[in-house]
Amino acid sequence: MTLAAHDIRWSAARRMIVDGVTLRAEPGRILGLIGPNGSGKSSLLRLLCRLRKVESGVVTLDDRDLATVPRRDLAKRLAFVEQQASTEVQLSVCDVVKLGRTPHRGALASWSDVDEAAVEAALERVDMAARHDQLWHTLSGGERQRVHIARALAQEPRELILDEPTNHLDIQHQLSILALLRRLGVTCILALHDLNLASLFCDEIAVLHEGKVVASGAPPDVLTEDLIARVFGVAVSIRAGASGRRHIEYLIDPPEPGVVTAPPRPALKNTHGG
Amino acid sequence: MSHAPIEPNWAARVAIALAVLLALVTAITLAVTIGEMQIPLSTAFQALGNGMFDLGYPVSAIQQGVIFDYRLSRALLAALCGGTLALSGAILQALLRNPLAEPYILGISAGASTGAVAVMILGFGGAVLTISGGAFIGAVVALLVVAALATGAGGSSDRVILAGVAGSQLFNAATATIVTTLANAEQARGVMFWLLGNFGGVRWPDVWVATPVALICFGVCMLHAKVLDAFAFGADAAASLGVAVTRVRIVLFATTAVMTATMVSIVGTVGFVGLVIPHAARFLVGPAHARLLPACLVIGAIFMILADILSRILVPQQILPIGVVTALFGAPAFALILYRARRAT
Ligand SMILES: Nc1ncnc2c1ncn2[C@@H]1O[C@H](COP(=O)(O)OP(=O)(O)OP(=O)(O)O)[C@@H](O)[C@H]1O
Ligand SMILES: [Mg+2]
Repeated sequence: MTLAAHDIRWSAARRMIVDGVTLRAEPGRILGLIGPNGSGKSSLLRLLCRLRKVESGVVTLDDRDLATVPRRDLAKRLAFVEQQASTEVQLSVCDVVKLGRTPHRGALASWSDVDEAAVEAALERVDMAARHDQLWHTLSGGERQRVHIARALAQEPRELILDEPTNHLDIQHQLSILALLRRLGVTCILALHDLNLASLFCDEIAVLHEGKVVASGAPPDVLTEDLIARVFGVAVSIRAGASGRRHIEYLIDPPEPGVVTAPPRPALKNTHGG
Repeated sequence: MSHAPIEPNWAARVAIALAVLLALVTAITLAVTIGEMQIPLSTAFQALGNGMFDLGYPVSAIQQGVIFDYRLSRALLAALCGGTLALSGAILQALLRNPLAEPYILGISAGASTGAVAVMILGFGGAVLTISGGAFIGAVVALLVVAALATGAGGSSDRVILAGVAGSQLFNAATATIVTTLANAEQARGVMFWLLGNFGGVRWPDVWVATPVALICFGVCMLHAKVLDAFAFGADAAASLGVAVTRVRIVLFATTAVMTATMVSIVGTVGFVGLVIPHAARFLVGPAHARLLPACLVIGAIFMILADILSRILVPQQILPIGVVTALFGAPAFALILYRARRAT
């Protein structure tokens, strides 16, 4: 048993943003949230880690109402990586990762070997140990993202919630972060935009559309040509790729269903002469 | 892999603490010996000995009074004032995530002075409400007004400063209204001089009020040192690290209001200390609040003692308001920080 939402709702500016969502994360597995911009992914994730209060419905952690879990216990159990989080404070990479130890330390506790080991291990895992002392604001976008993930790992959570963790990452690091999440064995809930990566790395996928879950289940069952056309308004063709896995191809200029043809390329010659 | 040790060793810590203490003592010694009346260093020490330990050195009553009752109490209060204002600045900068936040710029000092002036002149509350009580209420009201303005304006961290400017204007106007319509000429003169900040009227009872306030507030802030670090990436990030964001905000805003109100009710409004000192301290000891807060307290104290000395010797035969001296340093520093903040984004 782990994190689950039961018919939760949340509104902002008199608009339903999360509209009766029910979903359940399976222990040690990766649940991907996909959906167009503004479909409520970030809002839903914030409700799942109690950064916002649900207006109705309930979020449970191990069958216990999340609202009744003490803050620090929750932070030791569940970590959150925001979509964008920046700072003007002059922090080094290691300072940022150390923040992850906050819930594990009392107000007067000094820095312990356990804390140090957790920080070093987390930096190692995201391949940023060599940048230990570099200043945060000198990092590239992708490096910042990896440091945030390291900070979350330093919390030693059993549930990890990530809002577009592959944002800003180059393809190698997108793959390596997602592979890392798989290896960690912690329960992950993440918002993703890349449908191929989602179907490659997620054990389950929930599709969000205007605050509602319109489909959920194993990637092949959920990510169908029909659903993607309906939710994203984009025509795709899904077939086996080079590795034998399913590959989603976006059809820019949609021809007949199932038929893939490249648009004719205009001849490269000077058309202005004459 | 090598990197700097996480914690400096104990010997280094003791050395730093001693050096800091020595600097503070030196500043106080300077403050006690420099002034209109020329008093030799040895006499000054004898007067201190008499005052503190009743040693019975032969020091004239006037010199004894000037050294012990006038200059020492004044130096100690300057230290407490500088320390707590710097501390307030560091706390506000962390909570609001804005490098320009401090009690003066956010209008908290202005609110406190409105409250204090209201009690002084209107006699609000009569015997029940002291001037510092009025200042505290004024400070809290100012905080709430500025918070409401900032939230209404979108809540981003730079809106807070604009809201503070508006709040300052509002409360300064309120103070001016009270003074011009209700005070007699003598009261008005006194209030205007007090508003610019001055340590002239400080005596021991003020020190006995300010000392426990400063120590308790410092203790409260230190208990929140790690929590303040967690605000680096914003309130949501802090909350997801297990910080009780609302409670921490209320406790720490109230603490800064208490510190500001106490100092305003004793010495009037002194600007920019809360802005400049935290930046200087960060430059010296880094951004971690466990070290930053004590550094602010001590550097603020030393800065204010020196500023007070300057206020007494800058113009011969005259004492400048302390707020003028701090503004002389603070305004350029404000510009510099603004300029650097612009470049960073
Ligand atoms: N505090 C708020 N006040 C008003 N509207 C809000 C608030 N928070 C979210 N919204 C709106 O709710 C909708 C969902 O926002 P959310 O950030 O959850 O979307 P998302 O699925 O994460 O989108 P993206 O893919 O762009 O990250 C948006 O239309 C947004 O404008
Ligand atoms: Mg989002």
